[in-house]
Amino acid sequence: MVVPLHHIIAISGLLFTIGVVGVLFRRSAIIVFMSVEIMLNAVNLAFVAFSRYHGSVDGQVFVFFIMTLAAAEVAVGLAIIIALYRNLRTADLSEIHELKH
Amino acid sequence: MNAADILSTLPELVLTVTALGLLLLEVMGKPPRARFVWVALGGVGLALGLEFAVPSEGQFYAGMISVDLFTRFFNVLFLTTAAGSLLISVPYLRRTLEERGEYYALTLFATVGMMFMAKAHDLTITFLGLELLSVSLYILVAFYRNRVRSNEAGLKYLLLGAFSTGFFLFGIALIYGSTGTTHYDGIRLAIGSGEQLSMALTVTGFGLLIIGFAFKVALVPFHMYAPDVYEGAPTPITAFVSTGPKVAGFAAFLKVIATAFAFTTQHWWGILWILAAITMTVGNITALRQDNLKRMLAFSGVAHAGYLAIAIMVGSADSAFALLFYLAAYAITTLGAFGIVSLIEGEDESGLDMDSYRGLARRSPYLAGVFALIMLSLAGFPPTAGFLGKFFIFSAAIDEGYTWLVIIAVVNSLISVYYYLRPVVAMYMQEPADESAVAVPAFIVPVLLLVVLVALGLGLFPMSLVKNSIAAAGSLF
Amino acid sequence: MYNDFAPIPIFIILSVVFIAFALFLQHLIAPAKRSALKDSPYECGEEVEGSAWVQFNIRFYVIALIFIVFEVEVVLLFPWAVVFKELGLIAFVEMVVFLGILTVGLVAVWRRGDLDWVKMVVPYGQGRYAKLAQPQDDVDH
Repeated sequence: MVVPLHHIIAISGLLFTIGVVGVLFRRSAIIVFMSVEIMLNAVNLAFVAFSRYHGSVDGQVFVFFIMTLAAAEVAVGLAIIIALYRNLRTADLSEIHELKH
Repeated sequence: MNAADILSTLPELVLTVTALGLLLLEVMGKPPRARFVWVALGGVGLALGLEFAVPSEGQFYAGMISVDLFTRFFNVLFLTTAAGSLLISVPYLRRTLEERGEYYALTLFATVGMMFMAKAHDLTITFLGLELLSVSLYILVAFYRNRVRSNEAGLKYLLLGAFSTGFFLFGIALIYGSTGTTHYDGIRLAIGSGEQLSMALTVTGFGLLIIGFAFKVALVPFHMYAPDVYEGAPTPITAFVSTGPKVAGFAAFLKVIATAFAFTTQHWWGILWILAAITMTVGNITALRQDNLKRMLAFSGVAHAGYLAIAIMVGSADSAFALLFYLAAYAITTLGAFGIVSLIEGEDESGLDMDSYRGLARRSPYLAGVFALIMLSLAGFPPTAGFLGKFFIFSAAIDEGYTWLVIIAVVNSLISVYYYLRPVVAMYMQEPADESAVAVPAFIVPVLLLVVLVALGLGLFPMSLVKNSIAAAGSLF
Repeated sequence: MYNDFAPIPIFIILSVVFIAFALFLQHLIAPAKRSALKDSPYECGEEVEGSAWVQFNIRFYVIALIFIVFEVEVVLLFPWAVVFKELGLIAFVEMVVFLGILTVGLVAVWRRGDLDWVKMVVPYGQGRYAKLAQPQDDVDH
């Protein structure tokens, strides 16, 4: 049994939506981060599925770059959250409001 | 990979090596930090020289990169912006005792990212350039580790930037899924020959791509981060953040639309029309209420993104040329504006409000003159470069029949005059709190001269830039 | 092609059966005398102290974020290693350049003391970083 393409894309879209909802509604900076990672991994899934469908490896190469980016973003993000935590003693986004809206 | 490939990216390689060298110099602690800026500027200068000394033309790295007049135009603009922002940074960094090698290295890395965004001929490279730029900027915005506001700005920029990257990537994934390639020419051929998997997939993918770009160039309603980031970041970084990503974002956006989609994106023209209109309006109306200069300039940047979005949407050769001209004028004047703001700024981020500019004309007449010139250029008064940029964009839009959009844009320009003139009025018509002249460090002087040259010089004698932007835009069509 | 995957379900079933059997045997043979001490979680022989829901020391995050970078390096090295023979010298040079760039990062982290568990926090231009800020020859205030 081969899983049809549109099933995988549907899962990918679902994961992406979960990530978006997580970013929009969670307040902990770390969890928002995890949601962004879910979004990126949804994209990875779509790339791999399309790559297999087209029989080209371009999509899989792209996945490597996305993984690299995700790592870089997490490294920088954690560093900023640590710096903020050292100054404010919180990582709750609703408590971080030095800059007015 | 062969020698021609390496030559085609020589300026980028030089900048990368310089940046890595700066990182090593920083931790080795050998030369005094005060010399780092000369190393960085040397790298930028060498890259600029190589841009002209080793001209290449065509596609390289298996077609992933294309080099032509368009990329050269933007590389010169990016390198000039980088050099300007380095010069602005030096006095600020020294005053706040934060001069470190990483700062210069990150600025150079961000510049490399911008250059690759313009050179990209494959969505993979566009993405890598965009992220090299963004990640470097996240760190730079949060560079002042002990300032809560800098941390907060960095965190906001990072979270929203990563969020928008998700949309950007999902867009690329759908386009790849539909056309089977990420190469600009391949996408165009697949769409043209109807070999794509489904039109709906391509159109959705392109829509997500628009969202990604809209975040980076701060179009309403994806602009929420901009004012906070601009205000919280250290002022020289604000200068860089408000110019670099915007110029690079529009460069890549234009190239993708023109090369990969060949303007077959009518499905989204309505959306872009609305985005442009509300971006101008929201940016200008909100800027009216700002008393903090950095926030005011942030919203002015949002409004300018709106004018630029018109040029993207119109999509004719004329509008592409107008976009390039406008971007050059906008980048240099905005850089100068934030440079002057960083001079007026006092200890602990004080002195950013309108009152600090009272009577500046009596304290430092030259500085006030340049700042007034910048404000007039941003507002679009003749005979400045800002006026010509607006004129070119609006006339290109009218030629293609977007009369209503141009009317909205002109009304917006009139609104913007009010807030651009507020600091001018404060400088020239109000009494200063103290009479002492503002110290102008030697590092800033070249930037101010460049601003005068661009804002006034190009306003009066625009032909050199006009010719170059027409040639650069021409290589896209 | 599905025959290739046949060992996997067999493996899964065998491992589940084996563990279930061992646990069942243990349940039959072992004497069950419960006490408070026995029910407490095992913490390397130490007495249990406090809740498990404590915040981690923030230093772990620094280690984690340095780790991430080098973990992803391996992700990129792996496909390269698989096709290394076919790609030849140029791929080798490219990878050396890539690793060289990462090494610059590692050197920077190391020299700045971020690999030490207790990092010395010293103000700009003092302590062991003093020589990083030599007298600046062209400062303008």
